[in-house]
Amino acid sequence: MPTIAMPELQFGEVFANIDLFLEACGLTLALWAVALAAGLSGGLLVGLARLSPRRWIAWPARGYVELFRNTPVLVQLIWFYYALPVLSGIQLPAFAAAALALSLNASAYCAEIYRGGIQSVAAGQWEAGRALGMGRLRLLRRIILPLAVRRMVPAFTNRAVELAKNTSVASIITVHELMYTARLFSSQNYIPMETFTVVAMIYFLLIYPFTLASYALERRFAAGRA
Amino acid sequence: MTVAGDVVLQVEDLHKSFGSTEVLKGIDLSVRRGERIAILGSSGSGKSTLLRCLNVLEMPTRGRLILDGEAVGKPAAGGATRYREAELNRLRARVGMVFQQFNLFPHMTALENVMEGPLSVLGRSRAEARRTAQRHLERVGLGGKADAHPARLSGGQQQRVAIARALAMDPEVLLFDEPTSSLDPELVGEVLGVINDLSEDGRTMLLVTHELGFAYHFATRILFLHEGRILEDGPPEQVLKSPREERTRRFLDRFTAFRF
Repeated sequence: MPTIAMPELQFGEVFANIDLFLEACGLTLALWAVALAAGLSGGLLVGLARLSPRRWIAWPARGYVELFRNTPVLVQLIWFYYALPVLSGIQLPAFAAAALALSLNASAYCAEIYRGGIQSVAAGQWEAGRALGMGRLRLLRRIILPLAVRRMVPAFTNRAVELAKNTSVASIITVHELMYTARLFSSQNYIPMETFTVVAMIYFLLIYPFTLASYALERRFAAGRA
Repeated sequence: MTVAGDVVLQVEDLHKSFGSTEVLKGIDLSVRRGERIAILGSSGSGKSTLLRCLNVLEMPTRGRLILDGEAVGKPAAGGATRYREAELNRLRARVGMVFQQFNLFPHMTALENVMEGPLSVLGRSRAEARRTAQRHLERVGLGGKADAHPARLSGGQQQRVAIARALAMDPEVLLFDEPTSSLDPELVGEVLGVINDLSEDGRTMLLVTHELGFAYHFATRILFLHEGRILEDGPPEQVLKSPREERTRRFLDRFTAFRF
């Protein structure tokens, strides 16, 4: 019976160069932070536009959301890096192109979370605020959003975690973040299995604290409601 | 000048349709300052819709609304009226409303609920809003519940906080939309008691209710609505004890079918 030679795992090689990977985490985190902040704020604007009774506001917002939700994020990234310069003459640096594409993508998803969250607030809350003489914006800020956001936390967490992993797509357009570094390292050293296993662990360590923080936030909101 | 007895709120030829269903079919009503009007009628008669048109939570399909001698909104084509949001906000700040479902803000304490209007609509300072809110909570007998969230309060307590919230705006007209209809029977009394106590302020109040006994004692005037029109309008004694219309009589009979 032929025996298959098991290659020896060389984790030592990866850990010897761990500083390479830790440095690359900086860009991964930067991409994540930028796209998440943009997604949370831009998504609010687009979400509100989606809810507008005026069609000339609501329809473009919907078009934007559908465009970015129904195409692969990889294509969006490539488009902003390679196609935009051809069409407009603007050549964005790789990081900027990746940040822009991920931000627009995150905004589209967050817009739908805001829209659903705002719609889930009982009509009576709007009425109570209006009956006091509150304007639409003040009502949103004081009553509707504080109530809606409590319900949106799990959905936003889900989106944020997804987004953290989506930053790895930026490696395609040569942003030197974690995944780019991993691909380079594994092809230079022919140890893909070890490299990517360690990289997966690094992603987990980056994302999991965020998840824990959001659980804590959920618990705080749940306590405040009682 | 605000003199008791002059007209504070007036509607002329008010119509309201939802789709093809016309709920209000031409309401004319003059409310004088200090009047306490109970609006009666079977379900579907349009009584809640009428109340909700008075602070334009429902947009009237047609007709005029006049508060303190000033017409609300601008006339538009077809007898309709166009309302601007800023104008409606000012109107609503002066015409308070208490809802059947209380609609307290669940993320705020009782005190914060009562502070919200003065704070964010009237622009009062936090200290002042807090002072008046505490005073209004005490008035409805809930001074000790200031820091409780609505979820910790009984239905009757929630409705009393909602009344304090409306009072905190010091409205010229206060509307009650079936304020006890979603309460357990044993909690109805405490809320009606609070509403009754407001009579001494001389504030103009309109109340949609099914509590005929309360309406009789509380109101200075009773309207009976039927199929979108005011069928009967007069003092409680007359409307409840010797109604002019057959419809009113039949409506009242249903409430007195069971006696002991």
